[in-house]
Amino acid sequence: MRARVLIRPKAGILDPQGQAVERALPALGFDGVRNVHVGRLVELDVEDPGQLPAMCEQLLANPLIEDYEIHGGEIHGAAARS
Amino acid sequence: MKFGVIQFPGSCDERDALAAASRVGEAVLLWHRDHDLQGADAVIVPGGFSYGDYLRAGALARFSPIMTEVERFARHGGLVLGICNGFQVLCEAGLLPGALLPNVSLRFVCRQVLLDVVNADTSWTRACEPGDQLSIPAKHQTGRYWAPDPVLDELEANGQVVLRYATGNGFNGAARDIAGVSNHAGNVVGLMPHPEHAVDPLTGSADGLRLFESAALVAV
Repeated sequence: MRARVLIRPKAGILDPQGQAVERALPALGFDGVRNVHVGRLVELDVEDPGQLPAMCEQLLANPLIEDYEIHGGEIHGAAARS
Repeated sequence: MKFGVIQFPGSCDERDALAAASRVGEAVLLWHRDHDLQGADAVIVPGGFSYGDYLRAGALARFSPIMTEVERFARHGGLVLGICNGFQVLCEAGLLPGALLPNVSLRFVCRQVLLDVVNADTSWTRACEPGDQLSIPAKHQTGRYWAPDPVLDELEANGQVVLRYATGNGFNGAARDIAGVSNHAGNVVGLMPHPEHAVDPLTGSADGLRLFESAALVAV
């Protein structure tokens, strides 16, 4: 099964990358953009999608500083932990 | 006194760490695929970019075989020092609390900084006095120390905040200007600045030597 894991900085933790992008967009004329956060996307084929939460907890994300969302067909659409 | 300095693929400060440790004792290089610490009394996890900082800085190095030995050694009270990327590795491995985030400036910064010794009672700072200031270079892009506020309160109450950037010397946005922390027992210490680059007045400061001398004091 093809799965996607979206990882982003936890809410409340200063995200200078998101801020830099947010400041850059108006410079191109894109106004009205707020709350920009930059994270990572991990795509993977897995035989047992039930293992994905543990993979996230132990390696793909650092749960202390990052939230993650798991997207994949057989795990009820999406599972999120925040 | 025997120091073991670990080399991961992508480490780049292991030679300076070896040279620094050699000034106060014997020092050997340990390869990350090794399964023993060669009888080292103290282990140094050096700076650099282990595994290219892939995924997150320090995230992959903790799976190197030698880290199993380091974790066992640390749990039994062995002296472990993580410098820069080594600090990141020890946090990712759960041997130290907190995490290192990208500098607020998003820039790689290399400069000499003054550090306040907050706790001179850890295995790696006992050659210092509380309130001493150490002049040591820092060079990193991912050095903004972070932990949840309740954890920071606990660290301060337990004396686990070992080093702080002195007033006006912080540059990365670290919580409460924290430059280095220890585990609860004080045998494991991590810091972002590089004491191994400050061991000879020729290069501006020999203050970094105090950390290595501290470990030697413990071992005697």
